[in-house]
Amino acid sequence: MEVLRYMVDNLDLIAERTLEHISMVGVAVLVAIATGVSLGIFITQNKGLADRVLYGAAVIMTIPSIALFGLLIPLLSPFGHGIGYVPAVVALTLYAQLPIIRNTYTAIMNISPALREAARGMGMSPVQRLRHVELPIALPVIISGVRNAVVLNIAVGAIATYIGAGGLGAFISQGISQIDIRQLVTGAVAVSVLAIIADFSLLTLQRYLTSPGLREGR
Amino acid sequence: MITLENVTKIFGGTTAVDNVSMEVPAGSICVLLGPSGCGKTTTMKMINRLIPPTSGRILIDGKDNATVDQVTLRRSIGYVIQQIGLFPNKTVEDNIAIVPDMLGWDRKRSRQRAGELLEMVNLDPGIFLKRYPKELSGGQAQRVGVVRALAADPPVLLMDEPFGAIDPINREVIQDEFMRLQARLKKTVVFVSHDIDEAVKMADRIAIFREGRLLQYAAPDDLLAHPANSFIADFVGSDRTLKRLRLIKVADVMEAEPCRVRPEDTLEAAAAMMEEAGHISIVMVGPQGRARGFVTLDAARGRKGTVGEHYEKLPTVVNVADDLRTAVSTMFARGVSWLACVDDDGFFKGYVTQRGITHALGATYRDG
Repeated sequence: MEVLRYMVDNLDLIAERTLEHISMVGVAVLVAIATGVSLGIFITQNKGLADRVLYGAAVIMTIPSIALFGLLIPLLSPFGHGIGYVPAVVALTLYAQLPIIRNTYTAIMNISPALREAARGMGMSPVQRLRHVELPIALPVIISGVRNAVVLNIAVGAIATYIGAGGLGAFISQGISQIDIRQLVTGAVAVSVLAIIADFSLLTLQRYLTSPGLREGR
Repeated sequence: MITLENVTKIFGGTTAVDNVSMEVPAGSICVLLGPSGCGKTTTMKMINRLIPPTSGRILIDGKDNATVDQVTLRRSIGYVIQQIGLFPNKTVEDNIAIVPDMLGWDRKRSRQRAGELLEMVNLDPGIFLKRYPKELSGGQAQRVGVVRALAADPPVLLMDEPFGAIDPINREVIQDEFMRLQARLKKTVVFVSHDIDEAVKMADRIAIFREGRLLQYAAPDDLLAHPANSFIADFVGSDRTLKRLRLIKVADVMEAEPCRVRPEDTLEAAAAMMEEAGHISIVMVGPQGRARGFVTLDAARGRKGTVGEHYEKLPTVVNVADDLRTAVSTMFARGVSWLACVDDDGFFKGYVTQRGITHALGATYRDG
């Protein structure tokens, strides 16, 4: 009951921090889509390069988030952004790379060689093949990579509060330091709810963007 | 017309196609035939430059295909593959309209064309235009694959074992459909196959490949009657003479303008006619000339009455447009040595005999 009362009393604050969280994650994921999808497409041209890029992205994911935030402080300090919003977005962008690159790469590589041959044989240019065949067919898998990235970023974003980036993590960090169960639970619940809503919205988008010819069943 | 001049393709150290020269006349079907790895597919793919030749030239209507931009070249050549390769994200309509769209056709025109093409292969546009490839059966999908290649009306069509993955019954139907289409459209077709029966059925000329070399390039009947070497003889099969039966129409070997009797003729007259012609039976026709029955010499000789009272029913007839394989098969099935030949309306046109067929098949061997 106490927790609920706290939530109701602090709706404005929750909304404010949720917006901070969404802004952080949203910018990071948008940047990651631009870089990750391009990189995922690019590495389909070269197996050796693909292995190295995917390995590199996997290594980034193994760095504990708190350590990554710490590592970025000396790197970004010269630009005046050692702590706060910018390093948080940079770290989240890095984390989002792997699911997006990997899904883009896998989806395009899994397209039947027959389709590629038919496209080539009909006189489609590489760009036309990408636009009319490869990307539309890969899209559902790419979006599911984006969903992974978003959920991951919402969770990791909660830790960005320790470098002063704000967001819903602030409830959690303050809850811990003040031994205040109400703030702790509020933060945890808000992060989970945000992740579920984001995932569900993207799932809806994924269904909408998937050609009926690619959907399961009839 | 497609001309290959000393075309060679070397992959790494292996020669896939070895100095092949051949000519495919405009409007004809050329089947490239051979065991797998013989270079037939590589040869075909060099025509639209999916594979660039190591040396030699390929001319399409006199124009060296290396001088044409690849993309432009391929859009002017229809391409059908065994795996069909319909794009699953596009409707049948959009799949068919791919090349017209790329060529910048007006959308309304390209979609109308898609409908017309579907009708040509007996698929109802009302039902199929808006379907997705996953909603088609294998046979339907390959029909769409074929008409997609025809969408922009290219003069040349390349087909890479297009009917290889379709079950035998549907394959025959689609082959027949394609032949009807070809009779209308007169495309220059290069067709890769490993199936001698398919080749004999569809080809105007067959090119037999082995280990990258063109061994023999001849009309199907020639190839079956006179294989150039023992490899080809083995490849076309020991039953090659029987395969030739498919190539010859009943109309080509039947005795035309045969003698006949009418129901009101007397048996005496019938017997006299048979004796004069040296026949042991004679066909009775109705008033319009449709084949109605027959009487044998034994039954007619020395008996009174009219043919109409004593005729026997014809056990079966054969259409003049059928091939000899059908005729021979019917003869064996019915245990008869001759068949009355009729046209589509049942009019009596002639008869074929086992002897006549044997003679027709033997003629080529004697000439050679």
